[in-house]
Amino acid sequence: MGQYNALNIAWNALRGHKNWQRAWRDPEPKRNYDVIIIGGGGHGLATAYYLAKNHGITNVAILEKGWIGGGNVGRNTTIVRSNYLLDGNAPFYEHGMNLWRDMAQDLNYNVMFSPRGVMNIAHTKSQYDTFARRANTMRLNGIQAELLSRDEVLEREPIIDGSADTRFPVWGGILQPDAGNARHDAVAWGYARAADQLGVDIIQNCEVTDFIKQGERIIGVKTSRGDIHAEKVGMAVAGSSSRLAEKLDLRLPIESHVLQAFVTEPYKPLINGVVTFGAGHFYVSQSDKGGVVFGGDIDGYNTYAQRGNLPVFEDVIAGGLTMMPCLSRLKLLRNWGGVMDMSMDGSPIIDVGPIDGLYLNTGWCYGGFKATPASGYCFAHTIANDEAHELNKAYTLDRFAKGYTIDEKGMGPYPKAH
Amino acid sequence: MIRINCPYCGEREHSEFTYGEDATRTTPDNDAPMEEWNKFVYERDNPAGEHIEYWHHAFGCRAWLKVQRNTITHDISWVGLPHENPEATS
Repeated sequence: MGQYNALNIAWNALRGHKNWQRAWRDPEPKRNYDVIIIGGGGHGLATAYYLAKNHGITNVAILEKGWIGGGNVGRNTTIVRSNYLLDGNAPFYEHGMNLWRDMAQDLNYNVMFSPRGVMNIAHTKSQYDTFARRANTMRLNGIQAELLSRDEVLEREPIIDGSADTRFPVWGGILQPDAGNARHDAVAWGYARAADQLGVDIIQNCEVTDFIKQGERIIGVKTSRGDIHAEKVGMAVAGSSSRLAEKLDLRLPIESHVLQAFVTEPYKPLINGVVTFGAGHFYVSQSDKGGVVFGGDIDGYNTYAQRGNLPVFEDVIAGGLTMMPCLSRLKLLRNWGGVMDMSMDGSPIIDVGPIDGLYLNTGWCYGGFKATPASGYCFAHTIANDEAHELNKAYTLDRFAKGYTIDEKGMGPYPKAH
Repeated sequence: MIRINCPYCGEREHSEFTYGEDATRTTPDNDAPMEEWNKFVYERDNPAGEHIEYWHHAFGCRAWLKVQRNTITHDISWVGLPHENPEATS
């Protein structure tokens, strides 16, 4: 398949681009693998890639019910950041930032990682104080953070309503300058291609319908394309985690909720970085193609439908228009939803078990995209070594029973509130 | 758009309500083992399909309601008061 490089493009251009090969194979599933990863989303693909690259485990199958890039990895608002507060989270996400920076070179695939800065707006003095605390904590954890004055906020993003009589005047902001965006499709395709080149079988249109057990140990899965056996089975199925776990009589600390996202028609450059509104829930950035991409809260009720309802739609748009009134002139192109695996403390689970042969990766709430590389890196380590990496040792399933929840927002066991 | 037929107010749209939670969970006894409390506080059935849940008519009569809703289609098949159950009325 070869490397993607300038010479290759030139060579193919001279031959009318007729010799490009598919980016990854379409193999028939074998009957046996060392490791099966259920779920060909960003996390599953990254896990398989790091299993092969870091741990030399290449006899791996990724089983994907639909197609690569069709789930949440292609449905998010592409934001990459690590502005976390708590010890269990901050080093994990910051390690992810390091992987993001090198990802395009590592995968030989342009994921268009663009560290254009993530800026959260404060609208009151007290909110600004909490941002100062967050910025100090981030710096102590080695994560870049800057406090911005009102003028600095408006200088970075001139289209923010800076008038004194707006409903929520700007007080200041916090900036993670090295955070930003990446092209989510390219992340999925890049990991898929790189994993495939290392020998991983990516099997699409292959739905896992049940598990195969021998005694108390999982030894494989039943799928729409036949039974497949493996020593280890990893689950990275996000919003479908409970549905799959139910087949093992396993109840998870997870509720599935829908999160909507929106994109406008392409426009000239309007928004420089990622901006979040501090008096409601609204986050926005502009894609390299020009589309203004934004989102807000989850709908707030259990659902497996990949579509949301209008009240949240209205709430998101209202927040956006309060902060950036000129958005009212833009034409919305598309709106969609993705099913989130909302956990009971707002933090994820990457763990061994709780059944022999099973490995869990779930509970990403609506922050899964930024975690893609770190999640794959740590999940691969957990599967290969049968124990957590230093970075995910807090993300256990039994932390709830033991009282070690990682509740970034301090909301308690209410998934809709995280 | 989800519309809920409030027993007191009639059919009203989703924006008048706030979602509560799974209405099938029952609180363990005070002296129940910690394992049971852990299940109650943290674990959920989270079904794909029929789900019995609480909704609060927050911007209406302020009554708490019990609703049976399909989590795949959003169709509502039954609405009652918190002490009622779908089986009892069908």
